[in-house]
Amino acid sequence: MTDASLTGADARTEVPLKRRLRRAERARQVKALALVLPLLVFLLFTFAGPIAGMLWRAVDDREVRQVLPQTVAALADWDGKDLPNEDAFAALASDILAARAAGTIATAAKRLNYALNGFRTILTSTARNLKAAPERGAAKETLGKINAAWRERATWTTIKDAGGPLTGFYLLSALDLTRNVDGAIIAAPPDQAIYREVFTRTFVISLSVTVLCLMLGFPVAYLLATLPPARSNLLMIFVLLPFWTSLLVRTCAWIVLLQSKGVVNDSLLWLGIIDQPLRLIYNRFGVCVAMTHVLLPFMILPLYSSMKAISPAYMRAAASLGAPPLTAFLRIYLPQTLPGIGAGSLLVFILALGYYITPALVGGAADQMISYFIALYTTETANWGLASALGAVLLLATLLLALVYGKLVQGQQVTGGMKN
Amino acid sequence: MTDNASLRTPSQRIAWTATIAVSTLVFIFLITPILAIMPLSFSSGSYLTYPLPGLSLRWYDDFINSPRWMNALKNSMIIGVASTALSMVLGTLAALGLAQWKSRFKPLVLAFVLSPVVVPGVITAVGLYFFFAPIGLTGSYLGLILAHTALATPFVVITVGATLQSFDTNLARAAASLGASPIYAFRRVILPLILPGLASGALFAFATSFDEVVIVLFMAGPEQRTLPREMFSGIRENISPTITAAAVILTTVSVILLATLEGLRRRNERLKGTSA
Repeated sequence: MTDASLTGADARTEVPLKRRLRRAERARQVKALALVLPLLVFLLFTFAGPIAGMLWRAVDDREVRQVLPQTVAALADWDGKDLPNEDAFAALASDILAARAAGTIATAAKRLNYALNGFRTILTSTARNLKAAPERGAAKETLGKINAAWRERATWTTIKDAGGPLTGFYLLSALDLTRNVDGAIIAAPPDQAIYREVFTRTFVISLSVTVLCLMLGFPVAYLLATLPPARSNLLMIFVLLPFWTSLLVRTCAWIVLLQSKGVVNDSLLWLGIIDQPLRLIYNRFGVCVAMTHVLLPFMILPLYSSMKAISPAYMRAAASLGAPPLTAFLRIYLPQTLPGIGAGSLLVFILALGYYITPALVGGAADQMISYFIALYTTETANWGLASALGAVLLLATLLLALVYGKLVQGQQVTGGMKN
Repeated sequence: MTDNASLRTPSQRIAWTATIAVSTLVFIFLITPILAIMPLSFSSGSYLTYPLPGLSLRWYDDFINSPRWMNALKNSMIIGVASTALSMVLGTLAALGLAQWKSRFKPLVLAFVLSPVVVPGVITAVGLYFFFAPIGLTGSYLGLILAHTALATPFVVITVGATLQSFDTNLARAAASLGASPIYAFRRVILPLILPGLASGALFAFATSFDEVVIVLFMAGPEQRTLPREMFSGIRENISPTITAAAVILTTVSVILLATLEGLRRRNERLKGTSA
């Protein structure tokens, strides 16, 4: 070390010094990475892994192949144009007998019933009535006698479709699509086609809440950014206190305020504005009010910081050049708040998309958003494939929007840095 | 004050008055629900309506004497403190590492580390439910602590990272040049300077866990129900005034956290002011 620094000008020692510096830098980088590594490993186990597992469940399809392995194998070469051959029937009979002995019929029945309503009955009745393995060459006839559904092509294409190991079935269902008997993608029957409506509803509610937040948040952010700091800091409490108050407390408070005998209805009755209580909660109105209340600070704070960065000199310059106040506001002030408006709106919209607790507590049946159905299929009906597929769609939408948000905020930081 | 100069025309004065009027209404909208629920917890009646029939502390009494609520409070505290501690360790280390790490993958890693904040709660909860059930981590404290740590750590990374950004690395170099070992320099030089940032990070982490309900909804057994979880089922079933007492207790915790955070921020600004 002392050698190198003393004779630093010497050409022969210059190379080792450079190399040593590079080595030291590399050691620093390795050390830095080692500090980040525990968190990365932790998140892999508690966050990324679980979510990858969920995405996997959206395409994983092994129940039928585990319960009816011979049938799935026998159907592998079937072209699906006519009824399958005798071998497939014999394989099915043998599979059903084995599954009945193992008690696994219900697993396959549940999965097949998702694809074809009534399949559960077909399979369980067959399992109940099939006394023993049919004689050679008689499987087709025996099964057809037990349940006529075995004489239909759709029954067999359903099994082939559900043969796994991977499936697009759940993802198609999440988009109200299905495959017909010939394997072409078509619209799902109307009684199963509910998810596009749910996605539309989720989008509409999120958009309404975002617009409401922008309309209410803009004047507040403007006021806070314009007032002298002493007063705006005080008023900031009105924004930060709700921000820090528990979501459950705020939701509960809105129920207390908006219920039929609640504070709002009582006041309106007392003032003589209405004759009977209005229905303000357990409907779309209640959901939008409560969600706007929860998400408003997420709009105000980015707007406030973008407005705070606008120098008052711009408006003064516009005025001195003869711009009327409205023109100056629209042409000079508003364009400079656009990044803040974009960031705030995207943030509110992203957060609103995934909302579950508030609609679940203050919404009616027709106001439940996509998260509600994901939770429902996970815990109540245990249709994990569909829950995961709906989750995958929601996750994709969220991540795409988050990407846009990231670009937007990054851009802001860059321009902010250049301005200074 | 700054506006007097620009408020020259009547139309501008009208616009300013309108801004104040709308803002006042929004402030009322923001604060009324929180203020409205508080007095109800002191009601002597069992209906959640005004005017109050009389004042009493019976609902707080009810809260304190209910094993269900007290267990929930205890669980919230255990899970909150444990996940705060764990996320502080992981988050601070990661923030220190990220501050020194130079790589083109850094934005990617940062996005990954912060993603638990963006991903909808239900998705994280469903994923964890599938993932933790086979290894026996659902219906356990450990599972909830790990899950809440994942949600809380991004806030620690952000707050500590922001503090490190304003930290003068020359101080660490100076310490090293004076012969301090890295650990000694961290303990005596870096740590005292970044302590307010660490405290803010811990507050954020605790608040995140203390408020979280979706994951608890999916993963907690009857033994691990937290305060928000108990409130959720309370609101679902029927709102008894005991819930308002719980709400006031939760809000008090939030106010204490917020006040502490504000105090830290002020102290930080004051320190910056003196050094400049």
